[in-house]
Amino acid sequence: MALSAARIGRRRAQNALFVGFCILVTTLALTALALILYSLVTQGIGGINLRVFTMSTPAAGSPGGLLNAIVGSIMICALAMVIALVIGILAGTWLAEYAGDGRYGSLIRFLNDVLLSAPSILIGLFVWQILVFPFHGYSGLAGAVALAILAVPVITRTTEDVLKLQPTSLRESAVALGTPFWRVVRSVLWRAASSGIITGALLAFARISGETAPLLFTAFGNQFFSWNMAGSMANLPLVIFNFANSAYPDLNKLAWAGALIVAASVLGVTIVARFISKDAKPS
Amino acid sequence: MTDLSSESLTPGTAEEVGARAIAPGTDNSITSIAPDSIKIDIQNLDFFYGKSQALKGVSMSVARNAVTAMIGPSGCGKSTLLRTLNRMYGLYPGQRATGKILFDGEDILAARTDLSLLRARIGMVFQKPTPFPMSIHDNVAFGVRLYENLSRSEMNDRVEESLRRAALWDEVKDKLSTSGLGLSGGQQQRLCVARCIAVRPEVLLLDEPTSALDPISSARLEETITRLKSDYTIVIVTHNLGQAARLSDHTAFMYLGELVEFGETAGMFTSPVTKRASDYITGRFG
Repeated sequence: MALSAARIGRRRAQNALFVGFCILVTTLALTALALILYSLVTQGIGGINLRVFTMSTPAAGSPGGLLNAIVGSIMICALAMVIALVIGILAGTWLAEYAGDGRYGSLIRFLNDVLLSAPSILIGLFVWQILVFPFHGYSGLAGAVALAILAVPVITRTTEDVLKLQPTSLRESAVALGTPFWRVVRSVLWRAASSGIITGALLAFARISGETAPLLFTAFGNQFFSWNMAGSMANLPLVIFNFANSAYPDLNKLAWAGALIVAASVLGVTIVARFISKDAKPS
Repeated sequence: MTDLSSESLTPGTAEEVGARAIAPGTDNSITSIAPDSIKIDIQNLDFFYGKSQALKGVSMSVARNAVTAMIGPSGCGKSTLLRTLNRMYGLYPGQRATGKILFDGEDILAARTDLSLLRARIGMVFQKPTPFPMSIHDNVAFGVRLYENLSRSEMNDRVEESLRRAALWDEVKDKLSTSGLGLSGGQQQRLCVARCIAVRPEVLLLDEPTSALDPISSARLEETITRLKSDYTIVIVTHNLGQAARLSDHTAFMYLGELVEFGETAGMFTSPVTKRASDYITGRFG
């Protein structure tokens, strides 16, 4: 008994050590996050006022806001998400439901994973090469395409994964009713997997909304307000990048405000994603 | 009896056994089904999962408006046989069947068979309840919408009629717009039956439909099946011998991919012809 008591003591010590280490590391990670959020909020909140949402980016020394960049970012991201959702969901569906374990499917799956981790600046250069250089001009459209390329692999992957989680019996019972397979996919499988697909889409949105590098070579930025996606377009990440490097305190302040807006919208989207995926789970 | 049991120890080829099982006027417990009441006629069916053969020369007939039960130990091929009847195996490359399955005289294994139409005529209910992620009403209406353009009120009638036949109406009539996923297991399975019969198929294939249900739900589903018998041709795969005895008119006993014995249920359960069937029914193996 004495021996086993010693063993139990040692085991308890090991357990305490392990749990302590886990807590320490988690605290470190959370502290970094808290510090980032703290400086973002304290620095950014001062810059948030009505002008930020009603005026376009100023020249140095004059009053201004971020309206052109906010609208530009929303338009570019929205178009990027439309493109990415169509391609990503269809590609993910093909991989999960039609490709099987064939060689072609495995190749696409592999390339998609490579694309998932491709540096975003490369994607910006690629789109510059195919959409900016040949047409002699930067455009919001090219920016949207670049962001879509970043979002597609995320959506493809999550769509494939959640479709594969659906039980075979669900597919078979829909087929057994005489349902053509495309209808099974559209009416049963997509619906059953909808919360997962939505979560994936929102994660992809969170990823692209802060991307700067691909927009540098494509949307370029625009000092003025513009609805024209065929021309260069202002956007938040680039404005933050430029104004943060500026020598003027006014512009620095706007950069902080812009950063806070981006972070807040990503946070909002993530909360919505959590809420939807929790809400849509079968009762 | 002696020569019969010795025959079962050294069984003839499956073809012989199958042919004997449906040949008219042979042994007392082996029945023949009158040709005009045959709904599905399976002739010399082989089935392959890739290279491994799961069915060997199965020949049997399924009688119209009657319940045919398939029994046998796990892996004997009874579910495989059921899944050839609506060509469910066609979803999976590498699975194939040879032989003939005549459904009202037409070979469903023929390449030109319209699979969606075939499956609308031969419905199937699976081992685990599989309600679709939509309302109870939409679950039942799902298959109907594929083939018929019904007005709203006609559709409501069809949904009610199907749910009544599946003995589920009284439990769900006040919550038709709520999700089918919120029902209990037994209710979900009856919902699947309702969804299946709403399409008005001619044949119902039931693949161990009560094995995931508690005894009370099972009993309710059995009642449902009994009531459906007059309108449908039913084929049921079951591990529950009592269930086969209670529900079915004909029973097929399968073993290792072969049809060992096929006959009227009463005869098969009281005086099985082959030793294997006798051993299985009396619980000597399984």
